[in-house]
Amino acid sequence: MSELHTVNKSPFEKGSFDNCLGHVLEGSAVLLIEDGVYAAMKGTSTEAKVLAAKGVKFYALGADVKARGIAADRVIEGFEIVDYAGFVDLSAEHSKVVAWV
Amino acid sequence: MSDIKKFLYLNRRAPYGTIYAWEALEVVLIGAAFDQEVSLAFVDDGVYQILKGQDTAETGMKNFSPTYSALGDYDVTQLYVEKESLEERGLTVDDLMPLKWEDEDDDWAERDSIRVVSREEMAKIMEGQDVVFSF
Repeated sequence: MSELHTVNKSPFEKGSFDNCLGHVLEGSAVLLIEDGVYAAMKGTSTEAKVLAAKGVKFYALGADVKARGIAADRVIEGFEIVDYAGFVDLSAEHSKVVAWV
Repeated sequence: MSDIKKFLYLNRRAPYGTIYAWEALEVVLIGAAFDQEVSLAFVDDGVYQILKGQDTAETGMKNFSPTYSALGDYDVTQLYVEKESLEERGLTVDDLMPLKWEDEDDDWAERDSIRVVSREEMAKIMEGQDVVFSF
């Protein structure tokens, strides 16, 4: 069964994002929330890690993306932006949620 | 020795995930009333504090980013932003709010408050302070 992994810390400040990527299996999903959404931005020193994750679906919470001034065209292609209801749907669709805090 | 001390507020955190950025602004605004030489530094995730286009409406949090534009009115006119911190995050100075101050000695001419400096220059700026407050 596929898992939903959430990351809520900046990839530049904490290791949560790297730790998460190290444990995500193919077919699972990663949802970035709060300061985690900075990892969804293009052109950063961490972008290559997202692009290298094969078979993993990436999501970011739109409210947190907008709050932080990240314009839609600055989000890495392949990311799906979801709202709070989408967060609930993702949680329900996956067999469990693993939170990397 | 002069009574005026050089205070640097070192901002290292992103704006909304923790309370640090907001608390730093509060302390800067209070401190600005005491006629010291005050400057701000934005390094690491602190550069995200002054990214333009922040819109917190959907999160229910206060968008305090417009407060940075008011710093000039409090004579806080020196904002140092570290170039390497911007680059690691895929940002340039154009992604930041255009923060200005008005020079009363020059017919209120608008001047840029933001100065992009290298990590090495930032280290020297920090060395040149009397007090560094880290947030």
